[in-house]
Amino acid sequence: MKVLGFIIVCLTGALLLYGTGEFPDWGDPASPASTHLSNDYIEKIVDQTQVPNLVTAVLADYRGYDTMFETAVVFCAGLACFLLLRDFKEKKERFYRHTPTGVILHVKDNKKILKTGKEFEHMDKDWVPSDLIIKTVCRILIPFIQIYALYVVAHGDFSPGGGFQGGVIFGSSLILLAISYDLKTLVKRIKEKVLGIYAAVGVLVYVGIAAICMPMGGNFLDYSALAPLVWDPHHVRGLGMLGVEIGVGIAVTAVMVIIYVNIVSEGRHEEGL
Amino acid sequence: MTDLLAMIVAKYNYWLYVVLMMIGLYAMIAKNNLIKKLVGMNIFQTAIILFYVSIGYKQDATIPIIQNAHGGHDTHNAVIHAADYINPLPHVLMLTAIVVSVATFGVAMALAVRIYQRYQTLEEDELRMRLSEE
Repeated sequence: MKVLGFIIVCLTGALLLYGTGEFPDWGDPASPASTHLSNDYIEKIVDQTQVPNLVTAVLADYRGYDTMFETAVVFCAGLACFLLLRDFKEKKERFYRHTPTGVILHVKDNKKILKTGKEFEHMDKDWVPSDLIIKTVCRILIPFIQIYALYVVAHGDFSPGGGFQGGVIFGSSLILLAISYDLKTLVKRIKEKVLGIYAAVGVLVYVGIAAICMPMGGNFLDYSALAPLVWDPHHVRGLGMLGVEIGVGIAVTAVMVIIYVNIVSEGRHEEGL
Repeated sequence: MTDLLAMIVAKYNYWLYVVLMMIGLYAMIAKNNLIKKLVGMNIFQTAIILFYVSIGYKQDATIPIIQNAHGGHDTHNAVIHAADYINPLPHVLMLTAIVVSVATFGVAMALAVRIYQRYQTLEEDELRMRLSEE
């Protein structure tokens, strides 16, 4: 199998390398990809949409449908992870640590739940004492990562950024919380229900903004129809994109956390990485 | 020989991506462990993403964000030359592809976790053995 695979890979590679002979040189301004449609986009987007970031403009306006269904794909991925893995059975054993003495309690009856707080601390089965340095550094870093994520979402029209990127950064800040403390901390802060609702709300914000355009007299996803609703009608398309990107950001954040939490804890949401 | 070398130097980006793609494809075909196959799939996707992004590159051009467009009113006076900005379309398409790859990777990992829960292994030959036993 390995030899056969290697031969197949080499054949495919050789075929592709032979094909690259016909390709334009790297960075050639006269390459086919950069001569026909893209010049039109580059020259006319600012006139048509008042959005300087061409990638965002194409993504959220010209290709709005594509991005809408892509948000739906992300939502479906979160849903699939949840349905595949989520296990609602309570675990039988629990481990607690008595903080002042360091004694570890092994509770086998799952009805007995100790109150965690000052005296007792919940811990995982193969628990590693959490490091003070890691905890402190992450605690300082997480708010800044989140502010940066919000900036990336909010400034997606004017600088590199957008809903997907900002959402992933925000989601990773929450995942960092789970890694540096433990999964329980994250699940306690952000309930599973809230995450599910956020994932759906994100998609709904996108579809909602697109649908509002219709009663306002435009086509689906035609942001210019929203002009009477906003304070700055000149930039109405940029504002429509911003709203859509916020929806995308919410959905992506929630789905990232759903996927992470379900995979690391095998759907138990109790202990994990 | 010098012809070939000159061709490689002019198009070295494509050669790199093809090699990267071959690594990913080989991992997908020949590796026995499902997680390694997934990693191969991700390498494959990365190669394609890099390939597309490199298609959009233009010499002496900057990122596709129009400069001095903040004011809104003077934008009509400033002429925008397409040669000054790299092609935004591959970037848009690849943004889509990255998101889809993350989504598929998440679902694939979830499936791998389920397979492990049921068969206690992620090695393909052992999985085949367990399946034939049932």
